[in-house]
Amino acid sequence: MDDFLAARSQMALSLGFHIIYACIGMVMPFFMAVSHYKWLRTKNEVYRDITKAWSKGVAIFFATGAVSGTMLSFELGLLWPKFMEHAGPIFGMPFSLEGTAFFIEAIALGFFLYGWNKLNKWFHWFTGVVVGVSGLASGILVVAANAWMNSPAGFDFVNGEYLNIDPIAAMFNKAWFSQALHMCLAAFTATGFAVAGVHALMILRKQNADFHYKAFKIAVTFATVCAVLQPISGDISAKDVAKRQPAKLAAMEALYETQKPAPLLIGGVVNEKDKTVKYALEIPGALSFLAYGDFKSEVKGLDKIPADEHPPVAVTHYAFQIMVGIGSLLVLISLIYFALLLRKKSILDRRWVLKLFVLAIPLGYIALEAGWVVTEVGRQPWIIYGVMRTRDAVTPMPGIAWSFYLFSVIYASLNVIVIFLLYRQIKMVPTLYSQPAVSTQAKAN
Amino acid sequence: MDFVIIIFLCLAILLYFLLGGADFGAGIIELFTSQKNRSKTRKTMNQAIGPVWEANHMWLIITIVILFVAFPKIYTTMSVYLHIPLAIMLIGIIARGTAFVFRHYDAVKDQMQEVYNKIFIYSSFITPLFLGIIAGSVLSGKIDTQATDFVSAYVYSWLNWFSIAVGLFTVTLCGFLAAIYLIGESKADEDKKRFIKKAEFMNVGAVIFGAMVFTAAYFEDVPLMTWVFQNDVALLAVILASLSLVLLWYLLLKGKTKVLRILAGFQVTMILVAISYAHFPNFIRLKNGDTISLYETMAPIKTVESLGWALVLGSFLILPFLGYLFYKFQQKEE
Repeated sequence: MDDFLAARSQMALSLGFHIIYACIGMVMPFFMAVSHYKWLRTKNEVYRDITKAWSKGVAIFFATGAVSGTMLSFELGLLWPKFMEHAGPIFGMPFSLEGTAFFIEAIALGFFLYGWNKLNKWFHWFTGVVVGVSGLASGILVVAANAWMNSPAGFDFVNGEYLNIDPIAAMFNKAWFSQALHMCLAAFTATGFAVAGVHALMILRKQNADFHYKAFKIAVTFATVCAVLQPISGDISAKDVAKRQPAKLAAMEALYETQKPAPLLIGGVVNEKDKTVKYALEIPGALSFLAYGDFKSEVKGLDKIPADEHPPVAVTHYAFQIMVGIGSLLVLISLIYFALLLRKKSILDRRWVLKLFVLAIPLGYIALEAGWVVTEVGRQPWIIYGVMRTRDAVTPMPGIAWSFYLFSVIYASLNVIVIFLLYRQIKMVPTLYSQPAVSTQAKAN
Repeated sequence: MDFVIIIFLCLAILLYFLLGGADFGAGIIELFTSQKNRSKTRKTMNQAIGPVWEANHMWLIITIVILFVAFPKIYTTMSVYLHIPLAIMLIGIIARGTAFVFRHYDAVKDQMQEVYNKIFIYSSFITPLFLGIIAGSVLSGKIDTQATDFVSAYVYSWLNWFSIAVGLFTVTLCGFLAAIYLIGESKADEDKKRFIKKAEFMNVGAVIFGAMVFTAAYFEDVPLMTWVFQNDVALLAVILASLSLVLLWYLLLKGKTKVLRILAGFQVTMILVAISYAHFPNFIRLKNGDTISLYETMAPIKTVESLGWALVLGSFLILPFLGYLFYKFQQKEE
């Protein structure tokens, strides 16, 4: 493995790992705060137990997210020093604000986790809300920094020099809003479905059904609402990408030739050598519509882009297909759930719906990772779009492959331990929260 | 605004050393505690650092953000030539942070606890060791930006006696800070006595490794003596640190523990001042005799200004909240 590939793989691995943990750490506090609010209002002890159970998950994910985030702030320099030398002063603004947000989150989490019976109950609840809000703010800020790599702004690039730096303009670059919106909705959808799915599984197993049903309802509300909103944000993103990064859009849709109107390809097998796509379902004019809101517009294909500026087409295309496919599936599940709600049917009587939610546990995260692959791989070969190539940013230190292997092992073991810990947490719910078990059937009747 | 960010940088480094250091030190103390007393030590420690340890860790993030936004040349030079110790330190941070939380939040207490404990205590030792090695390497003048072979460029830049001595010195200082901190946190007299013993042990260690730092500096041509003894401020810092050390020992032996924390924090601050004041504003010494200074490499004015404002506004939000956190969880339970 050459050093460049190793550096890219290590970065991808670290980010891929961090994204999942950070998203859970960012979203779960909101679930926790809702349940906590219900406990304070209703005095129903089940809500207190749910809050406590979730807070342990939050603690585990926050710690893992925080250390992997620390890792990333160093890795930017360890792997891409030439990038950071120039980019640091330009896109550093969101990172410095993120430092504040993250700091507040850490303090608030200290209050929340250790504050039971020590703080005024509403102040205690408030610290939980602060964890959520500051976590969300950090997420948005980090995505704004990434958006700058896709849509560089706030400087003039003259003869290889970066002049007239304006960090505020860099932060509010053209891509920040659409990317942040898409990412936040994705985080809520993925985490909501995962949490709801785990509780659905426990309901199916008839363990502490009341506890799990109440928890399920909180998570599922966030998940389904966000899943339904996500396509709107996806549309905003697509139009944005069409304007800013035509090469990325062309790779997403494996559009090798400029077409007017351009069809939308669903699925298909990409042959990068022959520049063809086989077995894809074509919807005439749909890509033109998605990109420009008009069925007849011309969409720029890869033929209009110099060959050495093509992103890897197959990977981007497949990742995009996976993201959109799973996104649609989650919308479908959400609609089924809403339909049942409207008809005032208890979901507990419909085990197949619960089973659908169990199936959806990993789906949101797969979509999230795929979406991130689209963003990052679709930007290649650029690290700063149109300004600096990724290859020119890599560290001169040889032997990065070893580092990649080492960190792969570390991240893999962490994943295993976290899953093991969560398994034990969930398994221990009946023991830890000694609520009289209300059976599913009794509740439903 | 130049001054604001430099002050914040120094403050973040100092606070990471004091608070994060005490935090690392708690693991080091556990490592040097006999098997039979470990669980007691652990209990005191969990109560003492549990609520604040995530916040302590944040000073490192602040430091690194200030470096890469405002002093990119320093950040990238360190990233390239100190890649290996930085990576080891990061592994330590990952292992330690996760193990601490895992052992606290695992729903089942069984032999897995021993695994988390082992990971926690060894990484608590390794992380500050490499943190110290990195700090030492920055000053050591072993970073060779013209080196062509792997070993001189990426290994000898940090693998030298001076850096290692600074690393070991850092470990003992962290242990010392933690022991002093834990004396104030322990309720039983027996625990208190044990931490007093640990504080003495770590302090002796710090003096020994401190001497080693100076000896290594002499052999490795680091002008530490000149920085410390030919500069009025640095000399004053050394004198104050020594006087407060005498006072601290007196109070320790008398069993009076009230002002110990302030004294210990003061000492460590003075040590940092003594070592870095004369060197300031230079940050990295290179093998060819050049230095990379904070001023020369500072980012363009607009970046510095917006970072400065972000830090000032951030600290208005953070400091009262953080102060209240420390205050709230210091109160002993009845």
